[in-house]
Amino acid sequence: MAVLVFTENWDGKFKKISFELVSYAHELAVQMGTHAVVVSIGNVAEEELKKLCHYGASKIIKVEDSRINGLVNKAFAAIIAQVAEKEDADVVVFSHNFTGKALAPRVAVKLKAGLASGVNALPDSIQPFVVKKSVYTGKAIGHITIKSPKKILTLFPNSVETVTADEQATIGSFTPELTDAHFATKVVDVKKVTDKILLTDAEVVVSGGRGMKAADKWAPLEELAGLLGAATACSRPVSDEGWRSHHEHVGQTGKIIGPNVYIALGISGAIQHLGGVSASKHIIAINTDKDAPIFEAAEYGMIADVHQMLPKLVEAVKEAKH
Amino acid sequence: MKILICLSNVPDTTTKIKFTGDMKQFDAAGVQWIINPWDELALTRALEIKETSGPTIEKVTVLTVGKAETEPTLRKALAIGADDAVRIDADCKDSYQVAAQIADYVKSNPSDIILCGIESSDYNGSTVGGMLAEFLDCASVSSVSGLQLDNGQVRLNREIDGGQEVVETGLPCVAIVQKGIAKEPRIPSMRGIMMARTKPLTVKPAVSIEELSEFTTFELPAPHAKCKMIDAENVSELVEIMKNKLKMF
Repeated sequence: MAVLVFTENWDGKFKKISFELVSYAHELAVQMGTHAVVVSIGNVAEEELKKLCHYGASKIIKVEDSRINGLVNKAFAAIIAQVAEKEDADVVVFSHNFTGKALAPRVAVKLKAGLASGVNALPDSIQPFVVKKSVYTGKAIGHITIKSPKKILTLFPNSVETVTADEQATIGSFTPELTDAHFATKVVDVKKVTDKILLTDAEVVVSGGRGMKAADKWAPLEELAGLLGAATACSRPVSDEGWRSHHEHVGQTGKIIGPNVYIALGISGAIQHLGGVSASKHIIAINTDKDAPIFEAAEYGMIADVHQMLPKLVEAVKEAKH
Repeated sequence: MKILICLSNVPDTTTKIKFTGDMKQFDAAGVQWIINPWDELALTRALEIKETSGPTIEKVTVLTVGKAETEPTLRKALAIGADDAVRIDADCKDSYQVAAQIADYVKSNPSDIILCGIESSDYNGSTVGGMLAEFLDCASVSSVSGLQLDNGQVRLNREIDGGQEVVETGLPCVAIVQKGIAKEPRIPSMRGIMMARTKPLTVKPAVSIEELSEFTTFELPAPHAKCKMIDAENVSELVEIMKNKLKMF
């Protein structure tokens, strides 16, 4: 018995999302009367792996294979399924990010495990196994019952707090059985944006909408984001106009995020936009239109033109930080 | 070469979501159904590729798993330009059942490129494409925002957390696509709508596969507290909230 958790790494380093995952797996393991086992694929230093113990990992399994270069779904899914079988895992937990979404369904078929994706809390009950997730893009909550003996969950980023649970973990390695057929997919080019905070991992997101008016007017928004250690985002019309890259589009058809604080600047808050940000814990909105639907979703609001307000806000934040 | 696009039939994105009195089922009364937005973009990209690569692409097929009420969505896809449509006559409880139905069809009707949207806007699962690839034991590339066909070789742009990759893969493959794969979804033309009436729509019986999970109950989120409005002259009040209430710095 075990709860197995897959933690990806970014050039050998873990991020906040990795610690949330291990914390979640640890708490789930306690609820189920078992322990949390981590599987890490790729080259990660022992020092970095040991960080996971602070969040409750009681065993860490490191998998390396010289053919691994970037994410190869077929190979990664085979590795995780093999580790799950060896550890006799009842539940396997992934992040509900690009990587987890790519791998969890494949592992689910390998293990014939029922999959609940994008869960945002510990299970309502273990027997039967019921867990909740947001459905209809934030407009409702669904409770899924998983009936199969093996279960897979993908955890929505930023939905649980990290816990401190010092475990004395053992670090071991595992040699998977892989053939060249597992590596039919090849990464031929990578463009990384390393200096930016990941939108899906960010505690604070500063986002601009049509009220930003033009592509060359984003400097104050970026300055505010910089001061707050926030990621930047935008609404759909902004990415459609090409003012900002579509990587920044949050909303129903873009990225779905759940930061601690979402700051909406010049965003009216169409229902599709709200779907992508409704998991935010707090929303601050600044908009010229007092009837804009964003104010129905926001906790704090201000009726103002963002271009007049932003420089004042930037100055006031600078002063308050002193 | 054949392209298959898996379509999901979902409530229009502006639908007010309601459930039956016992909160166990989605209340479909008065709901307008559409092609899942990402699947619609996948179809658009498949048609663009077909038009630019000449006879290389033999056929673009759309498929859905659902009962007869999903057929208007398939007809719309035919009107947009798909060559033929398949409906697998099943009422599925989870994505495992859906993927297994599609896999069973693909095993006897092979496709070279299978496109799935990254999620459906109803259950937001992001699961069917990956499961399908595993059932077929073929490659899958997820979060694809670009797809090019070059002398029979598929090149894909894949979004990753903090960047983008170019990926090459052998065929067959399942590409799980997201925003960026096509600029705007195509709208059916009058001629397309006329032609769709005579294009083949085949109904296949479901295979028997047990579900592994099921939505048992739903709830609606608690209503929001009223927004606290701060006077635009009073920036310091906002900063005070950011600092002391929300602990942002």
